[in-house]
Amino acid sequence: MADKIFRVNMTDLTAKVEDVPEAWMGLGGRGLTSTVVAAEVDPTCNPLGSKNKLVFAPGLLSGTTAANSGRLSCGGKSPLTGTIKEANAGGTSAQLLARLGIKALIIEGQPKGDKWYNLHVTEDGVTINEETETLGMGNFKVVETINERLGAKTGVITIGPAGEMKMLAANISVKDPDNHIRSNGRGGLGAVMGSKKIKFISVEPTMNKVEIADPEAFKTANRTFAKALVDNPITQALAQYGTNVLVNIINEAGGLPTKNFTQGQFAGHEAISGETMHDTIVARGGKPKHNCHPGCVINCSQVYADMQGGYRTSGFEYETIWAFGADCCIDNLDQVAEADNILDDLGLDSIEIPVAFAVAMEAGVLEFGDGAEVIRILREEIGKGTPLGRIIGCGAGSVGRTYGITRVPVVKNQAIPAYDPRAIKGIGITYATSTMGADHTMGYTIATNVLGVGGSLDPLSKEGQVELSRNLQIATAAIDSTGMCLFIAFAALDDATCLPALIDLINARFGIGLVADDVTNLGKTILKTEHEFNLKAGFTNLDDRLPEFFKEEPIAPHNVVWDISDEAIDSFWDF
Amino acid sequence: MQFNVKLFAYFRDNRFKERLSEYPEGTTVEDVIRSLDIDLEEVGVLMINSRHCTLQQEPQEGDQLAIFPVVGGG
Ligand code: SF4
Repeated sequence: MADKIFRVNMTDLTAKVEDVPEAWMGLGGRGLTSTVVAAEVDPTCNPLGSKNKLVFAPGLLSGTTAANSGRLSCGGKSPLTGTIKEANAGGTSAQLLARLGIKALIIEGQPKGDKWYNLHVTEDGVTINEETETLGMGNFKVVETINERLGAKTGVITIGPAGEMKMLAANISVKDPDNHIRSNGRGGLGAVMGSKKIKFISVEPTMNKVEIADPEAFKTANRTFAKALVDNPITQALAQYGTNVLVNIINEAGGLPTKNFTQGQFAGHEAISGETMHDTIVARGGKPKHNCHPGCVINCSQVYADMQGGYRTSGFEYETIWAFGADCCIDNLDQVAEADNILDDLGLDSIEIPVAFAVAMEAGVLEFGDGAEVIRILREEIGKGTPLGRIIGCGAGSVGRTYGITRVPVVKNQAIPAYDPRAIKGIGITYATSTMGADHTMGYTIATNVLGVGGSLDPLSKEGQVELSRNLQIATAAIDSTGMCLFIAFAALDDATCLPALIDLINARFGIGLVADDVTNLGKTILKTEHEFNLKAGFTNLDDRLPEFFKEEPIAPHNVVWDISDEAIDSFWDF
Repeated sequence: MQFNVKLFAYFRDNRFKERLSEYPEGTTVEDVIRSLDIDLEEVGVLMINSRHCTLQQEPQEGDQLAIFPVVGGG
């Protein structure tokens, strides 16, 4: 059976099933969400109004047995940045949607009254139901409630109280295999879902299988692909230490933004490091290895246990630990874990919010290092939607504007994550030029600037950084369309068998004959489509800039400033 | 001549986190790694004083040499 587009109109509460237009056939994941948004959303619309759309799309390989292919893309116009947005996450829903034959779920319009709804997705279409029971609930309770209501195998895509309150840092969470959650984190798409008055989307479990055009070729390619992933030393390290292994290395490189981006090294780095975290998890009987969706062979996630050995948080990422740890100066992993868990439950981006806290600390709202007060504000102010809670819940830019702070690390109003662009210059190009505001995952130059993956390029040099970022952004756009987790890139950059195997997988799935150049061209087309949307929304090259303070305030230990010229940044788009 | 060696991730197992030791003049980074019985193949990133360095470089008095296995994240 051919894949379909499921379309839901929240204005008149109708749903229909459509054929996939020819032009969208070869697309999936980010390639599809961005294409749909660019084609159907007025770039100048209010992101929280009726004209914005929310688009979910599994990747090209989601639902198959291909390793690491279970990522779900979600797109729309971001209320945080005003740009086009795609965020992807693990969890079980991408695979279910793909197996139900759903190429994309497009949600448009906006209901008039105060009623809330849930959407239930089956093979035959979407039903729109009035929802009352789960309103105001945190994500964990929502998952529990849906499991009871519809069965534990049901896929769940949900927003927490932050999304209901339309906070601009609200995310969309997806149930994982252990009934915890993974999040489409950045850009505030949870607020868009809240603006459409949808509390959650449930996806019916299915025994259907995705059709494979050439099953034998698929099997062979998958074996090669999985082997490339498993054999790769970096993916092995990811399983042992998680992404948080980066704290010590980025600190050593002098690029760990500390105390609201005033220093490049954090005195308390050991306490929050991947090494300490690993030892703590093992000592307390947590799980150092865990996957965010069935079929991941890398297992970068983990379950962090509290002192009694109980669940404290999972999917505990370097960026979050950096932000609460170094940027807010909280050298206490237990407090950071608790904060991370509250953010998961409230449904908030765990990069945007801690960076916003660091700006609030600079403003004197609370002291640097005061983890207990962070936890109180999360629960009592943000969780309850007080004015202070909403100011922080709308991100770092919102805090900066409210308190008159000039050192606000954002690009296009989205918080800069865990790598200082003054000391690691390639990533500065990615922050400046990304079609979605500051986001390290759009073109992860840290691989080549610091980790020696895909070659090496001096992080302090001005040379070659634009090209590095461009190549990575093109490759990332393509990978984000396959349903693959971005962490396959470490193997793809260094193991010659990995990328051809991935292309063979796509070819075997659809019975087509893509070559490497087609994949690169797909990446380029996606970036250009997204860029075009932003230009029509009113952005210009002058928005592709880092905040002023990076040019003026040198950062220790290298005592460097951001010194890549505006012309060089603009040359990013010469392709 | 004395300089400080810092180890990371599993390189610390049965070794140390950080150690200030005496080395003869002309000691290279590679010499240090061999003396610690670390497999050169497993070495990912090397830095002297927070700058990437090569195996042939010679740390100087008071330097900080950091030795990381192949690691990644993001
Ligand atoms: S490597 Fe990590 S983020 Fe990627 S699919 Fe596996 S658990 Fe999820």
